[in-house]
Amino acid sequence: MGKSDKLRDRIAAALKGQNADYIEIHLEERQSSRIQYRGRELEDIGLSTSVGGNARALVNGGWGFVSFNELNGLRDKVAMAVKQARLVGRERSQMAPVEPAVDTVPADVEKDATTIPLSRKKQVLDEYNEIIWSIPKIQTSVIAYGDGRKSLTFANSEGSYIQQAKAGLTIRVVAVARADGDVQQVSLSLGSPGDFDFVCNLHGEVRETAEKAVALLSAPQVKGGEYTVVLDQVLAGVFTHEAFGHLSESDFIYENERMKEIMVLGRKFGEKHLNIVDGAAVPGLRGSYKYDDEGVPSTKTYLIREGVLVGRLHSRETAAKMGESPTGNARAINYGHQPIVRMTNTFIEPQGVSLRDMISDIKEGVYARNWYGGMTSMEMFTFSAGEAYMIRNGRIEEMVRPIVLSGNVFTTLGKIDAIGDDLEMNQGGGCGKGAQSPLPVSNGSPHIRIRDCLVGGK
Amino acid sequence: MENILKLAKKVAEQAEVFHVSLRETPVGFEANRLKTLETGEATSVSLRIIKNGRIGFATTTGVDRPQELVDMAVETSQFGATAKFELPPAQQYTQVKVYDPSVNAVAIDSMVDMGNSLIARVLDHTPELVCDAEVAMSEVAVNIMNSRGGQASYRKSYFSIGIEGTLIRDTDMLFVHDSDSSCHPIAGIDHIADSVIQQLELARETATVSTGKMPVILTPKGVRSALFTPLALAFNGKMVMEGASPLVGKLGQGIFDTRLSVWDDSTIDFRPASRPCDDEGVPSRRTRLIDNGVVASFLYDLQTAAATGSSSTGNGNRARGGLPTPSISAIVIDEGETTFDEMLRDMQQGLVVEMLIGAEQGNVLGGEFSGNVLLGYRVENGHMVGRVKNTMVSGNIYESLKQVAAIGSAAEWVGGAIKTPAIYLSSLSVASKV
Repeated sequence: MGKSDKLRDRIAAALKGQNADYIEIHLEERQSSRIQYRGRELEDIGLSTSVGGNARALVNGGWGFVSFNELNGLRDKVAMAVKQARLVGRERSQMAPVEPAVDTVPADVEKDATTIPLSRKKQVLDEYNEIIWSIPKIQTSVIAYGDGRKSLTFANSEGSYIQQAKAGLTIRVVAVARADGDVQQVSLSLGSPGDFDFVCNLHGEVRETAEKAVALLSAPQVKGGEYTVVLDQVLAGVFTHEAFGHLSESDFIYENERMKEIMVLGRKFGEKHLNIVDGAAVPGLRGSYKYDDEGVPSTKTYLIREGVLVGRLHSRETAAKMGESPTGNARAINYGHQPIVRMTNTFIEPQGVSLRDMISDIKEGVYARNWYGGMTSMEMFTFSAGEAYMIRNGRIEEMVRPIVLSGNVFTTLGKIDAIGDDLEMNQGGGCGKGAQSPLPVSNGSPHIRIRDCLVGGK
Repeated sequence: MENILKLAKKVAEQAEVFHVSLRETPVGFEANRLKTLETGEATSVSLRIIKNGRIGFATTTGVDRPQELVDMAVETSQFGATAKFELPPAQQYTQVKVYDPSVNAVAIDSMVDMGNSLIARVLDHTPELVCDAEVAMSEVAVNIMNSRGGQASYRKSYFSIGIEGTLIRDTDMLFVHDSDSSCHPIAGIDHIADSVIQQLELARETATVSTGKMPVILTPKGVRSALFTPLALAFNGKMVMEGASPLVGKLGQGIFDTRLSVWDDSTIDFRPASRPCDDEGVPSRRTRLIDNGVVASFLYDLQTAAATGSSSTGNGNRARGGLPTPSISAIVIDEGETTFDEMLRDMQQGLVVEMLIGAEQGNVLGGEFSGNVLLGYRVENGHMVGRVKNTMVSGNIYESLKQVAAIGSAAEWVGGAIKTPAIYLSSLSVASKV
């Protein structure tokens, strides 16, 4: 009998005869490496391994959850989760039905970064550090590289038994320039589903990042107020994620009657040209997978179609309680946390407007590029651009200091009046929700134009 | 642990094992009801070695394969940074009280009761509010052991309670929240309920502000969301060493308001950020960062201190289980002399900020804070008259804290990481959409 058969038997034995409406077990083995440069020197290099798991039980609508590193005594751990769930449960358990699956899914990666020797990784990063430090006025820099691979085992009381392998890597480059006490920084965040070749050819991007940090030193600050803004693909992707994506996560909606009224399917959010999609079934991206952490097959979900709200993201519980179909969006950052409703790969579908046309009739506006961060409170959101330029009389003019844009989801989406033809996905981001951060996701969009957008500034 | 250290000593000049185990029990409430009960157990063991003068590092979740951990650390040490420090020898630690056994004795039922009564009190005020809440207890045990005989271990207890309420009217969403944490069990819920109810009262009406410069009072929560990150970065010894902090070369200079005094303090008994020593076994201390407006010192771990010819301030922290790096323990800002009401009366017209979102996304290294006002109130004729929306504030600590209008007379903890009074800034940029 093989190792995995033994594991399957142990899990089956742990689940057997437990008195709950539903139980699932997650086990996880992970290896990762990270290398970080700070300034000219390699500051931190480390390898890590981890083994852990959890048992999650549902009884009368209440959840119990036990997480652990020690895999022995699995049956007792399941029993404890059941006991906790029973203490909590006061109503009827509801889970949208899903066909049990038995499957093995290998990682979708050609040259798994975790198999590359540290010396090779260091060699590539050394090249990037050389480039950054060849630019005058650079004060310091950070290059943070991390990769990982994990094997996940999922089993539930309905007979699912799924083994999935996942890989991923991220690289972040920050260049800090300084002159006369003024400090400016530009960063670059990229990622891939684990393929090492992806990080080998970023010399041009790294150089540009360092040059822009220096250029910012002499850039003026934009005057605060309302502008017509054009967002590049990276920033528009963050905007989509922040401004709308989080609002379509059903765990914010399913037990809140007023939220249900606001987020009623059929509500108009934008013009006809606006289509927003989320889906882990879109292949080859950092937010892609075959099954979510409840064993639900991934899907591609239209959130907005032709400007109208048509869908949202679900776990099995939120789907059942809202009478909708599960979408395979229940995700946990690791075995220490319960799966919650999360985004995967979120993007605005392309239309036909070229960047040139988008800009041509703007008298005074802002062209905002690159991602710095984003945050939402559902209704209001902010997202910040890593670079920005003034647009005057139809032309992109001088660089200005990085800006923070802010808006209100119920009005801002409707103010998108042009959507480009140049969709690109960015994979460098990690999403945070509750205590679970950073979760691998990707965001994308073509260039878009937004009227009357609030920009913070002098 | 001893075994790992023994194996590591065979191959390295210096070695250090850092072991943490955590047990936590959070009780979760969703949409005003008890929803989930959890028990989490997590262990991690990290090995740092110095081999041929270079630092190697590896971490794992169990102690059952010590040789593997040593091999991984050795592999990384070929490329690691040059070690500039020596691990601390055996020493006596001053007592910092962070463990109260009564936390562990709190029954799950009473945690459930606390959450239920907190939600009930708030709903009694505003029945249409939808609340999520969490009551949690945890216990962490830290053990550090190194090849120079240094050894430290402590246990810490932790209890927290927090609530977030959402009030929706048409598409208008109001978020109110408060929380408290301690190494003692938290006795009552009234102070949290009162604070949330006060937020609901103040936000009952909405108001608008115009775009332009105006005086702004940051409440203690407002100070947390606007100023914490730029301050924490500015005094980080590593940022200073690299010349990335604007405070480089400013030691001993008065560049902030003379009434402003700020500390980093990990020695206050029973506070969540306190402990007898940092994650390298260096004793905790209270470090003056700003002394009446003068830049007084920066924060260091062993490696950064050795590289800059200073000594560790006991701020070597391991975020996410990695190598130690300098970071803030807890910021404590000294109280001033002005009451909140006096600030309002003096201001007459302006803005009170409780919570910003996105303030940490801008050029925080350069001291900037720019964010959307998630919760803030317009001040008219010295009174808070309503909640503002669609409003951004922008500032820079090196300008805004140069001359403040006043510092509040009542400091309070906001989360575990900062204790501060309200700070009244004479002029900030405000952009608003009417």
